Amino acid sequence: MIGFLIQRILQALLVIVAMSVIVFLGVYAIGNPIDVMIDPASDQALREALIHRYGLDLPLIQQYFVFMNNMLHGDLGESFIYRLPVLSLIFSRFPATLELALCAMLIATCLGIPLGLWAGYKPDALSSKAIMAFSVLGFSVPTFWVGLLLIMTFAVELGWLPSGGRGPTANVLGMNLSVTSLEGLSYIILPALNLALFKLGLLIRLTRAGTVEVMSSDYVRFARAQGLSEGKVVGLHVLKNISIPIVTVFGLELGSTLAFAVVTETVFNWPGMGKLIIDSITVLDRPVMVAYLILVVFLFVLINLAVDLIYGQLDPRIRVKASS
Amino acid sequence: MSEAVLSVQDLRTQFKTRTGMLNAVDGVSFEVGRGRILGLVGESGSGKSVTGYSILGLIEPPGLIAGGEVLLNGRDITRLKGDELRRVRGAQIAMVFQDPMMTLNPVLKIGTQMIAAVRAHDRVSRRTAWERARDALAKVGIPSPEERLDAYPHQLSGGMRQRVAIAIALLHRPAVIIADEPTTALDVSIQGQILAEVRRLADETGTAFVWVTHDLAVVSSLADDICVMYAGRIVETGAAADVIASPRHPYTAGLLASVPAEHEPGERLPQVPGSTPSLSDLPPGCAFAPRCFKAGPACTTTPPIQKFEDGRTALCHYPIESNSCQPLSSTSTTYRSAS
Repeated sequence: MIGFLIQRILQALLVIVAMSVIVFLGVYAIGNPIDVMIDPASDQALREALIHRYGLDLPLIQQYFVFMNNMLHGDLGESFIYRLPVLSLIFSRFPATLELALCAMLIATCLGIPLGLWAGYKPDALSSKAIMAFSVLGFSVPTFWVGLLLIMTFAVELGWLPSGGRGPTANVLGMNLSVTSLEGLSYIILPALNLALFKLGLLIRLTRAGTVEVMSSDYVRFARAQGLSEGKVVGLHVLKNISIPIVTVFGLELGSTLAFAVVTETVFNWPGMGKLIIDSITVLDRPVMVAYLILVVFLFVLINLAVDLIYGQLDPRIRVKASS
Repeated sequence: MSEAVLSVQDLRTQFKTRTGMLNAVDGVSFEVGRGRILGLVGESGSGKSVTGYSILGLIEPPGLIAGGEVLLNGRDITRLKGDELRRVRGAQIAMVFQDPMMTLNPVLKIGTQMIAAVRAHDRVSRRTAWERARDALAKVGIPSPEERLDAYPHQLSGGMRQRVAIAIALLHRPAVIIADEPTTALDVSIQGQILAEVRRLADETGTAFVWVTHDLAVVSSLADDICVMYAGRIVETGAAADVIASPRHPYTAGLLASVPAEHEPGERLPQVPGSTPSLSDLPPGCAFAPRCFKAGPACTTTPPIQKFEDGRTALCHYPIESNSCQPLSSTSTTYRSAS
């Protein structure tokens, strides 16, 4: 187990280093930030001073090593625009995105798995066909359009919920969260639903496919021959067997929701990390972009590590392979 | 035969297909007495496994039981639904499947699966259920059962897994166990051990077995009685020793003649010519007639059930009359000239 963990952590470090090179080169290639930062009319001396100050006159490889060295010391640089350390800038936006993503995943999981189980358990029922039709809509209709539709319906026409923004927040464990109050919840419902829709469709289809496969297996037939109730057959045999693909997709989706909730955050004017990165790209705020992308890589690596560890718990056969 | 614990009467199982209904099991009847082992023999596609599944009501759409009765201790279980059926399955009648690699859930511990099986019928604590599972494993000859309960299926050999499956089937001391080719996937030596174990269990517990197999060698060493199936019908019944010594139905004779052990090395092995007919395209009358060396003009009509003085039956117009092994050699020469 510990060997497996060390192996995975080394792999993760390798991925992070490789990604840092790619991100650094990619961002370097998209243009000179100095052009954006200063008045084009300013003189050459000022320009050179600024270039020197940010270390942009160094060879690329040296810039990279300076950057890596700083990163290892926990310093990802300072935003060109906000004049703030990048890390604190990103982390100030992180709680908003985190709670939005978690709410969306919660909705998708709590609805998607039961609906998928039902659709797989009774594949010929009318209700199952309706669920499957809904799931196709879920991941084929564009997110921004559904977001606008939700705002039109629930905020504008019915006036039940606010149309955007984040509402009041409370400080929990050093993070500003809005899910702790009813009013805060009313702000998060629509964007969370919007964000959940795609994942909901995905989880329904995934759960259904797994259920159909497991239901026709010999061990389910054997379990029925033993006189196990249908509840036990589904709850014990089916759920455990379909959980591996579900955990995989859950992990990937959680990562991508945290990193790229951009569209929903824009539509609902939600002050999360997605909006931050979009704004930074528009103004070529290089340190923010680089730091953000590296953090995203780190996040994915972390989630995948967790997923791998959960695999071992779910499927004993994987555990054996890992230890041998 | 003493009074039957399981009596199958005129069982019919059909499968709905695009071309119409297929009769996978077509009027099958047999009885098994307490502690007896019945060998249900046939080639692939003869309907023997479907018969087993039908008895437990495990046929799923597009299949359905179209008629007949399955009397378990005198009670027809084909009419049971939902919870009533569930309470019979595993408690009064149990099943062991062909492939021990597939019948245990790979991600659940043996103990978890056995405890669930115990508690499906008896309201007992987990501790009691665990103890009963342990005792059941010990009873089928599994060494250190406590450790096995804590293992996952992939940590056990095929033979061990099949023993676990048999232990699960025996948990509630059912009156009948249907075993669907349970030793086919195992080594011959393991198969021998399991057959001996099953014989002992049938004698000790009084559980009746219906042993579905294509393997006549297994049946001859294990079963008390034999039913031979062909194309969804039972074509011959009788005491195992009698049927094997002197088959009455030409199909049984053909099956016996093609057992390799009966022949000298190098000798050409006789075969039943042709192959199992498709259920959607059965000839009128006797389904075996096109492959039969004794077929005559009457075979285009449905054959009668011929009864013999020793309690045996054959579904045939021209059953083999002789009691000696004479027909066997004559059949093999016939096949040789036919091929």
